[in-house]
Amino acid sequence: MSGPIHIRKDETFTLNVGPQHPATHGVLRVKMEMDGEYIVKAETVLGYIHRMHELMGENRTYPQVLPNLSRLDYLGAMGYTHGHVLAVERAAGIEVPERAEYVRAIMVELNRVASHLFWFGAFVMDLGGFTPLMYAIEDREYILDMLEAVTGSRLTYCYFRFGGLYNDVDDDFVNAARAFIPRMRKSLKKYDALVTGNIIFRKRLENIGPISAEMCRKYGATGPVARGAGIDFDVRKNEPYSVYPEFDFDVPVYHECDSLARYKVRMDEMEQSLRIIEQGLDKLPEGPIMPKKKPKLIKPPKGDYYQAVETARGSFGIRIVSDGTKNAYRFKLRSPTYSNMSLFDEACEGMMIMDALAMMGSLDLVIPEIDR
Amino acid sequence: MDLTIFNAVIAVVIAIAFAAANAAYLVLAERRGAGRIQRRPGPNVNLFGILQPPCDGIKLMTKQLMIPGGADKALFMVAPVLAMAPAIMSFVTIPFSDTIVAHSMNIGVLMIFAFASFGGMAILLAGWGSRNKYGVMAAVRAVSQNISYEVPMLITVITVVMMTGSMDLREISLSQSGGIWNWNIFPISMKDGFMLQPMMPISFLIFFICSLAETNRAPFDLGEAESELVAGFHTEYGSMGFGLFFMGEYANIVIGASLITILFLGGWDCPLGLYPGVWWFLLKIYLLIFSFIWIRWTFPRTTIYGLLNLSWKILIPISLFNLLLTAGLLKVF
Repeated sequence: MSGPIHIRKDETFTLNVGPQHPATHGVLRVKMEMDGEYIVKAETVLGYIHRMHELMGENRTYPQVLPNLSRLDYLGAMGYTHGHVLAVERAAGIEVPERAEYVRAIMVELNRVASHLFWFGAFVMDLGGFTPLMYAIEDREYILDMLEAVTGSRLTYCYFRFGGLYNDVDDDFVNAARAFIPRMRKSLKKYDALVTGNIIFRKRLENIGPISAEMCRKYGATGPVARGAGIDFDVRKNEPYSVYPEFDFDVPVYHECDSLARYKVRMDEMEQSLRIIEQGLDKLPEGPIMPKKKPKLIKPPKGDYYQAVETARGSFGIRIVSDGTKNAYRFKLRSPTYSNMSLFDEACEGMMIMDALAMMGSLDLVIPEIDR
Repeated sequence: MDLTIFNAVIAVVIAIAFAAANAAYLVLAERRGAGRIQRRPGPNVNLFGILQPPCDGIKLMTKQLMIPGGADKALFMVAPVLAMAPAIMSFVTIPFSDTIVAHSMNIGVLMIFAFASFGGMAILLAGWGSRNKYGVMAAVRAVSQNISYEVPMLITVITVVMMTGSMDLREISLSQSGGIWNWNIFPISMKDGFMLQPMMPISFLIFFICSLAETNRAPFDLGEAESELVAGFHTEYGSMGFGLFFMGEYANIVIGASLITILFLGGWDCPLGLYPGVWWFLLKIYLLIFSFIWIRWTFPRTTIYGLLNLSWKILIPISLFNLLLTAGLLKVF
């Protein structure tokens, strides 16, 4: 990029990108001070679809609030409900059968692949290429069909239960998942050939939208954004939960800090997720999916509990402060996109609007999850 | 050929009909092509969606034309007309075959380029007149793009004109007749004696890229970059105002493809020198239009600086060098 030589700060105009704008993929608003095509200052305005999930978490019982969690992020809902059940299980001390743990991991990883696929399509569409979106949606459709057959829903899953699962997976699912893995690997190769190697695509992402490791730490960015900045942090590896220690997978890290690095991290993560699914299907033990002994009413003992999980967008944390009743005293959600979004204001200063919006696409924003 | 009023009216009516029919059915072709590329059906109700363009037309024409508050009414209304009218006028000079040409004039090339530069004007007025920040930004982009791509385009045309010795499109076509080896795209021309021009394929490529950019097509559709500038210069346009921009774009594509065909691909000439006629011309322009569609649905959009750099740093030097080389070669042979 031939950077701005001189930005005039005295002759600017305000450009409202959003709340309805094709690039923001939802009701996010960015107030931009512009000097021509250059951004002098950007201010993110949030809260257009704030639904008070945290307050709802305090006014409802733990099982009642479970479906709320899948409304946070409509693309990777499985990971968020996983976080909630893990947090409550930790708080109430519920044991989970091994089969349920494996099925959970497989489901979460399938959902991660679906989420990354949709992001891939939407991101390339942000850059003006519409066709990859259709290819990505076609692959995602297979995952959604598989998940629908087991969980009953296609987008906002409420499949996990405290202590286990809602219902067991059958052979059809296992076979479909096995058939999906080689298919997806083939697709990934195709995406590489169609998009990653494209010169226009690379020119638009290489050395554009630098987000350094310091900036990530400053704003608490996690997930592919941080890994694209060279921070080797993945909750699945660093604070292992569920059965993730049993799996052999790598955490892709790139040190270029640009939009292309974040793109590559996600593309590699899909391959790693496929590896996890493959191993999970191989190791899937027989057995019950719900524990024999489970309290009828979930009343965690007094205390402060925190559980982080790695969702498709980064580290998602749930903090439950329990006062021993059936409702949480404090229910705090730490959503990864909120932190990833907050660095946009600083990172996009001095950039051209089209590069800034390409960078925004590489952050993988899901607005309901920012606003909660 | 003398031009009476009657002849002129008939010519313009045919040109309008051809442009409108092309615009309407190219939209359908584009959507079908996009569907094919994206592995989905596209418009397919009633015989491959053959009634889709009339339905779109009726919908656009029956809608209310909204003029946003604070917009410059006159400019806002003039801009779509200015996008469509020059495109139709350009059809007048384009020879579809040896005999099918509305009015052949000896400055045909010049006239088409004169009209083509109105396109940038229309975008500028639309963006400026609609009082929309996205519109203004898009207009600025589109105008700088049009200006910088007209330069290499015209230099390339001068090269061709030098080789042919005429600015009449019909003459240029005729000079390439007699088979694929006589076309301007090929380095060796044997029409009147031996003539070697090794840079002509590159010229063709430059002209092709420039006509993509001039028609504001992807990957150079920065004027209507939908993920950044919502809909660019026609953000505020609805109903037939939008329809005219749309038709103007497709009419411009047809003109671009026709020009490429005439300047480089021998016009209505058959590749093997047999049965030259209008069908070859149409075949060539629709193949070129298909390649436009193909490119649009394959590539992402470039950036504005990447686009300008491509023109000023790569295309213009190459086309200038090509011009000098051609001049030298003409002197030698």
